[in-house]
Amino acid sequence: MTAAASDRLPVLLSPGPADGAGSWGGRFAAPVTYLVFGLLDILVFGLHAHGSVIFSFTPQFAKVTVPNLSLPAAATCYFCGAVTLALAAARLLDVLGVVRLGRVPRRVIIGGVLFLFVIALLAWASGGQSIPFNVVNLLSGTFSVSIPIMLGALTAVVCSTSGVINIAIEGQLLLGAFCAAIATTVTGSLWLGLICGALAGSLVAAVLAAFAIAYRVDQIVLGVVLNTLVLGLTGYLYNAIMVPYGDTLNNPNTFNPVKIPLLGDIPIIGPVFFDASVFLYITYVLLAVIQVGLARTRWGLRTRAVGEHPVAADTVGIRVLATRYRNVILAGLIAGIGGAYFTVGSVGSFGPDMTSGEGYIALAAMIFGRYTPFGAIGAALLFGFTTQLQSILSSINVPIQSNLLLLTPYVVTIIVVAGLVGKVRGPRAEGVPYVKS
Amino acid sequence: MTTPPPAPPSPEPGPSATPPPAGETEPRAERERSFGEHLRDAVQDSSVTVTVLALIAAAVIGGLLAAFTNNAVLHAWSDFFSAPGNAVAKAWAAAAGTYVALFEGSVFNPHTVAALFQQSSLSTAVHDGFLSAVFNPLSETAVQATPLILAGLAVALPYQAGLFNIGGQSQFIGGAIMAAWLGYAVNLPFFVHVVVCVLGGFVGGAALGWLAGEIKARTGAHEVIVTIMLNYVMQYFLAYLLSSQSLLQAPGGSNSITRAIASDAHLPLLAGTHLRINAGFLIALACAFGVWWLLNRTTTGFEFRSVGANAKASRVAGMNVERNWALVMLIGGGLAGLAASTVILGTDFTLNPQSYGTYGIDAITVALLGLGRPGGVVAAGLLFGALHAGSPGMQTATGTPVQIVQVIQALIVLFVAAPPLVRATFRLRAARARGVSTNMSKGWNA
Repeated sequence: MTAAASDRLPVLLSPGPADGAGSWGGRFAAPVTYLVFGLLDILVFGLHAHGSVIFSFTPQFAKVTVPNLSLPAAATCYFCGAVTLALAAARLLDVLGVVRLGRVPRRVIIGGVLFLFVIALLAWASGGQSIPFNVVNLLSGTFSVSIPIMLGALTAVVCSTSGVINIAIEGQLLLGAFCAAIATTVTGSLWLGLICGALAGSLVAAVLAAFAIAYRVDQIVLGVVLNTLVLGLTGYLYNAIMVPYGDTLNNPNTFNPVKIPLLGDIPIIGPVFFDASVFLYITYVLLAVIQVGLARTRWGLRTRAVGEHPVAADTVGIRVLATRYRNVILAGLIAGIGGAYFTVGSVGSFGPDMTSGEGYIALAAMIFGRYTPFGAIGAALLFGFTTQLQSILSSINVPIQSNLLLLTPYVVTIIVVAGLVGKVRGPRAEGVPYVKS
Repeated sequence: MTTPPPAPPSPEPGPSATPPPAGETEPRAERERSFGEHLRDAVQDSSVTVTVLALIAAAVIGGLLAAFTNNAVLHAWSDFFSAPGNAVAKAWAAAAGTYVALFEGSVFNPHTVAALFQQSSLSTAVHDGFLSAVFNPLSETAVQATPLILAGLAVALPYQAGLFNIGGQSQFIGGAIMAAWLGYAVNLPFFVHVVVCVLGGFVGGAALGWLAGEIKARTGAHEVIVTIMLNYVMQYFLAYLLSSQSLLQAPGGSNSITRAIASDAHLPLLAGTHLRINAGFLIALACAFGVWWLLNRTTTGFEFRSVGANAKASRVAGMNVERNWALVMLIGGGLAGLAASTVILGTDFTLNPQSYGTYGIDAITVALLGLGRPGGVVAAGLLFGALHAGSPGMQTATGTPVQIVQVIQALIVLFVAAPPLVRATFRLRAARARGVSTNMSKGWNA
């Protein structure tokens, strides 16, 4: 495929670094960015922090309590900044070739820098406040707001690995939300609503698959058009039938949180991971299934073969088109569940454009997460974290521009996609329709 | 049928550096053929045929949707077995009423002519705006079409260079910020002010377009992801700018809105004070011509098309592919910024978070329906402009929600993007009837 080969040219032509990082800012992009973070920690947060910050790790009504942690705010910021600068120096030595860090330490450094940045931010933001800052609320809220993004990102991973670009996740989420609301209200059954939402997601996926695989329409164009279609259709039907018959069509119950016995009582971990909506448990299961499935099973091997080199896959007898159809439609079920979360998981009624672009964020999470299930989930959580952090900070009257905080994940994504943390390489045949010759 | 089946279209562009002129059918062997055969081929091979059939298919589905969500129709259908004629008639009336209302709101409304002729004299008719009322639907269509054409060009031009610009929204916001700020914060003489504001809009959009193109050129990051992310960045950035009075927010209130722009900076009206049609429409037409000229009559445009047809071959032929990517996104972004100028300076006269509407997505549908060509974009922009202009009146008159326009738009593009589907639906011969070249799927890595 000429299209697949042509992307190697810029890499060949530009004398890039050995690890294939993008050429913007050269090899020093990563250490310089960490340096900036370190200086932010010290100069912006440290110099303006006052009082002490109290971190609380116990939710309300918990059986087991953990003592609050009280730290001097400014000193915490300085400490975070100093460690960040040390990490920047380590990365610089790595770039200069003095020390050779492996892949894992480099990623640990990225995580460390971001973690320290958040600690410094929180120390500055809630320093001097009498009410403790509840870490558990922040983390459990992060998981709840991330659920649709995580499920959408898993959908994107499965589709991309099979070689189909799925930009229509937004549409799958939205139609899933719409159908789940109607089905639950009409039947009174939450589980039926969830199933209908999933089926709606796979309906959009089936249209995507048919046009992309059989008619070989450009998948990016197609995804955007499908999103527009679903957005218009649900907006239209909302006004045409849901507004006049709101009680009978758009009044679903929502799933109550389910606390897992024993595990749910573990301090900190329990309330975050094991006292949540059923959708979070579904996410765990799907993550495990997809991770193991892609890496360890025959299905996964075939899926990856179809996405990387369909000609070779076809030669050894794998049915390329059938595999792609099946994977895209099954993945649509996942996004549909994510859509159902909007209506029967959290909000309780459908509203036009209620997914507000989270399908696109899921796509970015997949790329951010380097096309791996765990990476995608991690990236989705990062997006959810900033959203949750913003809503908590604005509720405790922190003088921070919430809009600027909300746009950071998108800037981070651009930086990531632009190759700051190394070139993200998708499946070779992603988006290229397979024509049997 | 004695004619042999024509060769299937080649799925990928050849390795030649010469770009195939967009949409032109491949040269075919000349033989003795009847006029009828020529005509039939012209109709069946043409991408115009596919487009027209796509319009028909979308209109039919839209009509069904309008009919079967209508309350009266559903009641009539519940009595289908006792009065089948009534049910069908009600359904037809609902669908037809929707389209008639759309037409009256966007092209011509007979009631306005009736009102015109009831006036005692021509001078009162002109003076009181009764004459203007006749042309108001057309004027509204032009007003709605103006930003759609410009934003559509912002997608169509990069498309020719092989880039898919989903960043219309971010570029629109960039242009809108510049146009609005120059509009209220700067004092300039009459004509100069509006020119500066329009150009400022171009610069604002071009900066964001260039950013996406430059990131792609430098790092290979896919422009779709970068532009989508930029859309959100600009959306929140605008909200930030409008949230503080030390930035862009109008003083004396907490609304997210800028001060009204100076009347010097308004785009001049073209047809009297009763009609909203303004010089923005002329800007849009001029830009469409300019894009056509750029693509077909200049070396730069040739390089754009060449890079779009085959980036690898263009590189071998000595073209700087990366520079072309950045440049085409810069111009494309500037066109989206101009779209913002026409909205801010032509109709809204202020900037708020609703200003950018759905222009980013609409632009993509316009560009795809226009087959990525400037002339097609103008036609598609006018069509969708008419749908937008007619939809509020339609909702008032028939109760059909305005979102049906979005559904019809998406359906049209879906059908246009998949010519085989249209051919299968209408039993056309499998010919070279290709729509926009969306079949040349390249994927992220291209």
